[in-house]
Amino acid sequence: MAWFSPDMPRPSPNMDDAGFWEGCAARRLRFQYCAQCATARHPPTPICPACRGTEVRWQEAPAQAEVYTYTVIHYAAHPAVNVRLPYVAAVVTFAGVDGVRLVSNITDCEASAVKIGMPVQLWWDDLGDGMFVPRFAPPGARRSA
Amino acid sequence: MTVVEGSRSRCCIVGIGQSEYTKWGGIKDRSQFQVTAQAILAALDDAGLRPEDVDGLTSYSNDSNEPHLMQVALGIPKLRVAAMVWGGAGGGTCGSVSLACSAIESGRADVVVAYRGLCQGQARRFGRHGPGRVNGNFVDPFGLMAPPQMLAMIVQRFMHLYPITADHLAEVALNARANANRNPRAVMHGRTLTREDYFAARWIAEPLRLYDCCLETDGAAAVVITSRQRARDAKSRPVEILSAVQGSGPGWGNGALSGHNMPDADYASTGYRTLAPDLFGAAGLAPKDIDVAQIYDHFSGMVLMALEDLGFCGKGESGAFVASGAIRWPDGDLPLNTSGGQLSEAYVHGMNLIVEGVRQMRGTSTSQVKDARTCLVTGGLGVAPSSAIILGRT
Ligand SMILES: [Zn+2]
Repeated sequence: MAWFSPDMPRPSPNMDDAGFWEGCAARRLRFQYCAQCATARHPPTPICPACRGTEVRWQEAPAQAEVYTYTVIHYAAHPAVNVRLPYVAAVVTFAGVDGVRLVSNITDCEASAVKIGMPVQLWWDDLGDGMFVPRFAPPGARRSA
Repeated sequence: MTVVEGSRSRCCIVGIGQSEYTKWGGIKDRSQFQVTAQAILAALDDAGLRPEDVDGLTSYSNDSNEPHLMQVALGIPKLRVAAMVWGGAGGGTCGSVSLACSAIESGRADVVVAYRGLCQGQARRFGRHGPGRVNGNFVDPFGLMAPPQMLAMIVQRFMHLYPITADHLAEVALNARANANRNPRAVMHGRTLTREDYFAARWIAEPLRLYDCCLETDGAAAVVITSRQRARDAKSRPVEILSAVQGSGPGWGNGALSGHNMPDADYASTGYRTLAPDLFGAAGLAPKDIDVAQIYDHFSGMVLMALEDLGFCGKGESGAFVASGAIRWPDGDLPLNTSGGQLSEAYVHGMNLIVEGVRQMRGTSTSQVKDARTCLVTGGLGVAPSSAIILGRT
């Protein structure tokens, strides 16, 4: 069962970001890199801002990340989040993946335990119909993951 | 960065107009479009001009009050400029004025009205999930859906990196309310706010509490811009536009209202360090020359960052700056958001801040800064593109 309610907005892949979501469908967190100059970028864009190349490759990120910043959200901007209030939205970074930050959630811990700099572990939330999204939890917090 | 010294705008604001401001859903008897049209008429009347004199209309932030329909409604015989600055939500506030100046200075228009109508009771509440978020695929599924949540992320890191506390955030909110309590037009005119009230209020998105967040309101505001030469005939006292800038630094398009991928050195900031040199340079002024400021207060913590990014204090020093009383009317060095701002007057996407800037330069604010000769006004902070103007007393 998905972490938020089933009516939560789902990713709707487009021509520019489909590669990211194809990776997610295979439960692989892959970021877009320029095939020419190897600059990583996120969210995906069709042209490399460093060299203007259009060829890309998708490279898998480590499953361990670090909290760069976060917020504990206490109100429902959408009815689908009610089941999780208050919940933590965070920006996470990955060692060795420079220039890329990912917006996600920190789950399976008290909101008050979340700190900038804390290590977190990737897990995949099954939204159904072959769609998975990456979320994060403290290492070891999800036994089944 | 190229700063063109002496490239002062040759334009003035000659009229200001607004509707009543109410809590969202408070304007029930007229459409948002009508409310906006009436704000434009009020601004023209203030200037001593008629719709027949107008040949340009500008706005920002996907204003749904479209200029060609406004032309029909107001009976404008000939429109020569109908333009809106891109994106950035309230970032375009001063951009719409900058655009008007460009049109006037290049001879493509003579009299331009920059306007914004926003009745959240008739459209949608900005604190809720809505369609069309930039890179929505990378935020919506994670419950990061609305500006208070998105900008709370930046404020959190800002408070982690620098000696900024909840008391400093509170000071921005309390200052706005104290100013609103003197301003009969303000939605929060009759409602006082104490430090205890501030800390007792509910969390919205940590570290932001209820009173750290702007109001959700109904209202419209407009300003009339024309050449300095033509401004001499205005009915009300013209206010000079000393500088007007719009723009953004690298990565901010994927910034706080999107995937949070602006440069690391710039993350815990408003993005205004990119704009500041041109803003002050074109006016030939420095931060110390600014007498009063209207800084876009969608969220208290962002205002603190802006004080640093615009050079009113050093990096990480904004907490101490506001704690010293610097932003308080009447004795502070830089009285701030003197109408009550968007935390306590109304959230007209920043257009009400420009209107208040004009009042300060005319000497008609309800928290009038004595002998004020310059007023800095910003558009939305932490968004892209953003914008700012410096107004001068004539
Ligand atoms: Zn490249």
